Amino acid sequence: MTALLEVTSISVSFDGFKAINNLSFEIGGQELRAIIGPNGAGKTTFMDIVTGKTRPDEGRVRFGEPQLDLLRLSESQIARAGIGRKFQRPTVFEAQSVRDNLMMALSNDRLPFAVLGYRATAKDADRVQALAAEIGLSGELERTAGELSHGQKQWLEIGMLLAQDPKLLLVDEPAAGMTLGEREHTTDLLRRAAETRAVVVVEHDMEFVRRLDCKVTVLHEGSVLAEGTLDHVTANSDVIDVYLGR
Amino acid sequence: MQRSLFARQPSVLVFISLLAVFTIVITVLSEGFGLGLVSTSFVKILGKTLCLCLVAIAMDLVWGYCGILSLGHFAFFGLGGYMIGMWLMYERTKDIVIASLAGAELPPTAEEIREGIGTQIFGVVGGSEIPVVWYFADSLFAQLALVVLVPGLLALVFGWLAFRSRVTGVYLSILTQAMTLALSLYLFQNDSGLRGNNGLSGLQNIPGLTHLPQSVVSVWFFLASAFALGAGYLVAAWVVSGKFGNVIRAIRDDETRIRFMGYPVEAYKLVVFTLTAVIAAIAGALYYPQAGIINPAEIAPIASIYLAVWVAIGGRGRLYGAVIGAATVSLLSSWFTGGQAPSIPLGFYTIDWVDWWQVLLGLGFVLVTLFMPKGIGGLFDRLVRKDAA
Amino acid sequence: MLRICLVLIAALIALAPAHAQEGNLNTVLEAYRANIEKPSRTTITPVLEALVESQAPGVAVFLEKWREKELWQRKSDGRFFYVSKADGGKLMLTDIATGEEAGLADAAELDNLKPNSGVRGVIAAALVQFQLSDPDPERRLQALTALERDANQSHLSILRAAIESEQDPAIRTRKERLQRLLTIKFGFDQATRVAAIESFAGDPGVDARAALNPLLATSIQAFDAVPEGVNVARILTPGRDIEADAAYQLLVDAGKARPIVPLAERKQALVTNIRDGRVGGLPVAELVTQEARDRAYLALAADGSVPPLVTADERQEAVAGHVFAEVYAEPDAALTEAAEETLADINGTVGVYRFLDLALDGLSLASIYFLAAIGLAITFGVMGVINMAHGEFIMIGAYTGYVVQQFIPNYTASILVALPLAFAVAFLAGVALERLVIRHLAHRPLETLLATFGISIALQQIAKNIFGTQARPLTSPSWLDGAWVVNDVVSISYIRIAIFVLALVFLGLLLFILNRTRLGLEVRAVTQNPRMASSMGINPDRINMLTFGLGSGIAGIAGVAIGLFAKVTSELGSGYIVQSFMTVVVGGVGNIWGTLAGAGMIGSLQKLIEFFNPSNTLAAQTYMIIFIIIFIQFRPKGIIALKGRAAGD
Repeated sequence: MTALLEVTSISVSFDGFKAINNLSFEIGGQELRAIIGPNGAGKTTFMDIVTGKTRPDEGRVRFGEPQLDLLRLSESQIARAGIGRKFQRPTVFEAQSVRDNLMMALSNDRLPFAVLGYRATAKDADRVQALAAEIGLSGELERTAGELSHGQKQWLEIGMLLAQDPKLLLVDEPAAGMTLGEREHTTDLLRRAAETRAVVVVEHDMEFVRRLDCKVTVLHEGSVLAEGTLDHVTANSDVIDVYLGR
Repeated sequence: MQRSLFARQPSVLVFISLLAVFTIVITVLSEGFGLGLVSTSFVKILGKTLCLCLVAIAMDLVWGYCGILSLGHFAFFGLGGYMIGMWLMYERTKDIVIASLAGAELPPTAEEIREGIGTQIFGVVGGSEIPVVWYFADSLFAQLALVVLVPGLLALVFGWLAFRSRVTGVYLSILTQAMTLALSLYLFQNDSGLRGNNGLSGLQNIPGLTHLPQSVVSVWFFLASAFALGAGYLVAAWVVSGKFGNVIRAIRDDETRIRFMGYPVEAYKLVVFTLTAVIAAIAGALYYPQAGIINPAEIAPIASIYLAVWVAIGGRGRLYGAVIGAATVSLLSSWFTGGQAPSIPLGFYTIDWVDWWQVLLGLGFVLVTLFMPKGIGGLFDRLVRKDAA
Repeated sequence: MLRICLVLIAALIALAPAHAQEGNLNTVLEAYRANIEKPSRTTITPVLEALVESQAPGVAVFLEKWREKELWQRKSDGRFFYVSKADGGKLMLTDIATGEEAGLADAAELDNLKPNSGVRGVIAAALVQFQLSDPDPERRLQALTALERDANQSHLSILRAAIESEQDPAIRTRKERLQRLLTIKFGFDQATRVAAIESFAGDPGVDARAALNPLLATSIQAFDAVPEGVNVARILTPGRDIEADAAYQLLVDAGKARPIVPLAERKQALVTNIRDGRVGGLPVAELVTQEARDRAYLALAADGSVPPLVTADERQEAVAGHVFAEVYAEPDAALTEAAEETLADINGTVGVYRFLDLALDGLSLASIYFLAAIGLAITFGVMGVINMAHGEFIMIGAYTGYVVQQFIPNYTASILVALPLAFAVAFLAGVALERLVIRHLAHRPLETLLATFGISIALQQIAKNIFGTQARPLTSPSWLDGAWVVNDVVSISYIRIAIFVLALVFLGLLLFILNRTRLGLEVRAVTQNPRMASSMGINPDRINMLTFGLGSGIAGIAGVAIGLFAKVTSELGSGYIVQSFMTVVVGGVGNIWGTLAGAGMIGSLQKLIEFFNPSNTLAAQTYMIIFIIIFIQFRPKGIIALKGRAAGD
């Protein structure tokens, strides 16, 4: 099985500070992966590089089949190639309705003139209904997104990501600020999503990671420190050093 | 699922109806076609105001919906005016020159006519050669095309440069302001080929229609302006009501997020920026024949800032807000600065509105920004909500 | 009379041994009495020669008095005296040779000699040699200045003679320089002139160029063959170096070709030859192209009723058959060659100095932009807002200066009061604006921009209502008048130096505040990460207020500085606001060095563009803005950008 995303020896530094240091990473087509690491380990910068927000100083990032060189694409091109990203803070378009939010996310042509002439088809409407059902917002389609609760916004955002139908989903701290019930719902959503695509979850919260029950990559000072099951990595002495402090 | 534009935006129908009624009433009352109750000069003021409303709609589209605070859209407006002004002035001068040479013993050659036109138009800037930018000035259709093409291309090139380097927010505003300043300074030069600070004049005289009195011409332009405003409003409403409108509002609210959803933000901005520049240029091309004169001072950055002020006072992000703002402020402005507003004697000092209107406008605008962020249009929201409740 | 004679004789005897070879002034005057009585330009030459030859003391004084029409002649014996007013309406005579009093006389007994201006000119020229060797250095300098302005051939040898005895090194240098300049112009032999010319290589003085340029004056002439015996600068190829029409006109002027009948005359000829609606066989109505008119004219010319048309072929042939050349007025090729080379060398040096001058200009403009923009940059960096009323704070500063001068007439004192007062007034205005408006628009930068614009138009109009539309003067103290002149090319006015110093002072002060004080620490913290800063106990509200006040206060100072050389009007600030924005954008936000770099770049760039296109400052600004728009393409965050995640979105 070839990897969906292949990150090879990337490094990047800001003002002399090495945020990512010779990092390599791979993930397959249908896989759920958690990335953990202390603050400043380079988790967010890693996602920035994959999604095109930050350009690495060196290294390669390849994606998909046939392989695309992500370093040559813009953020929106990368997104259209099939990488979806969920930010730490829920960012939905608060002034617009839940339906409009989902409609915008549907994987249709995204170029301006196509969008200008766009008319929603019955298929699109059904898809929006189905997505709303999956994220539990069926009753809220006409509501303005800004009126939703924090958790509902998180789900709406995940729903928008699913609507994009990405091959790879990058999720930054999805459980932050959620109640226990909401966390369980989120875990389900992610695990189900990973059945058909690759999902990378960046998380602080060990309990949440345990619940995801997947392979874990530990980042430290911009490189991979350990990789394996959660039990495997938590037994690793380096990881213990980093987390418990020396 | 598929609802018509009017169903999605009921205000559009209301606006178009009101505009139609207003247009018919003014035409009926005008000197040119009707009862003569509305003077020709007031018809001109109203016609010009309609053009200003149109450019305000363009501004609302680019700022209120797409979040680009452009301080350059009045420059596109002015460029549109210059493009049509070139034809008006050239053809009119040509008529004059041919008339003046008609009595000569030898019939004039084409060169002599050109030389006569050149001397007439460019004598004030010490030239008689017709500059190369006037190459198409004898063709109405070419100049009409240029009304769209020149501002459109300028917006396209400038927008492409600015957006691709991810200049946003106040940076972008300053950059557009710089572009406007550069353009007006360029036009202020005598060797710009557009008569320097003299600008183009006599534009109210329409070549070929000189037999018509101004009272009739003014009504025609008023009608054309009303039609353009209606059409512009419909186009803008169509653009903002669908998914495209949702995307550009999303760009306004969170550019990064919509970019990571795969939308090429720069392309959207460029489309909106260029489209609105073209709308502004068309408004300008209708405005200046009614104003009669255009000069580089019209294009100065402050004019574009005023445009933003109108839209802000009227209410951003709603098309009728832009129209209300532009109409209210520009009409009030000409009322106050025209010396028609009564002075207020305070005993020790008399407030003369010609001097104090700018102060009132400036402070009033600050108050609107502070306490009525949705502008006058925001008041309608309250009315509508009351009805619903 | 007798007594005078006795005295004179006594004096002669007394002086005789010492001045055996020197003539007595009075004897010379006596000898040339007729010429002095009725002088003309020709007749006074021997008088002057004799006077100079006599080397008698007092000749210089005599010449001066004579020139100044202060020489009198006694009618009774024809002797010359100087006179001065004495009691009783009488005149006191003074002996010319001895300077002693020679008795009283009535005005009626004397004639005042008034030589005409031509004669006085000749006297003045003769006087030069005395003045050039005058013991008073002040007078020697005066004489030199007069000579520099206007000299003739005769002065050259006089000047040469006056160099040897010169003891003052500065004056000697000047004399030598003038001697070389005059040699270029009036020298007799080629070698010395060439040497004099070459001695000016690399000299940036205007006088050197003024002396060399006339040597290189040329005129364009037409010759039948390659010219000989004239000093040719270069041969001109018609069509490339000289337009064919102009070349033909030269031939016409030289009588070597037939004159062209001008277009207007040809048209007139056609008009006068219209017969029955036809001219030259063509109906008048058909003459709507130049080509048709030419045909009609040729037809007329064929039957001789109008002068013949000079055809294009004929013109071409005439031009091709002659040689056109630029010819020096100066016949000596060695001289023109030396002058050409020296001038090229001088122009090289002048170029270097011009560049230096340009750099100084750019520096002074940069310091103005720095002062105008730094306040804007600080507030933008700390609060992320653009203050469109910043220009009006500059204006407030300038008007504060003007008002202070109404109360304090001493310009030095008033400026010293105005600077802190302008800071205080603008500071308060800034704090008020921040408290009343900007604070309420936090995190809405575009609204802030527009609201401050509202303030800007209101303030501008208020200023107009108070102070009127005409410009108000803000006069600089007299010690700031004038300029520091390095040489004829490089100079910079003291006001600009003062503004440069002011900018340096504020650069230092701001660096100190930001890097060495608690306030600066907090400001930097808020600039880099406002959320973190506030969680660390920094009150961002207070920081915002203080930085806004500080930024506005500096704008007030900039206003005083700008007011010193520009006119104080209500539009003063808006003239600088766009440049200030550009400075901030180009320099990069939130960094003093960035603003400095931006100001330096914009200032020098503007001067550079003006240098290439000096007649058109409008175009210069246009090009500069276009350049900035392109610059932003490559450095979107400015020259000095904050990097990393702190820069944020």
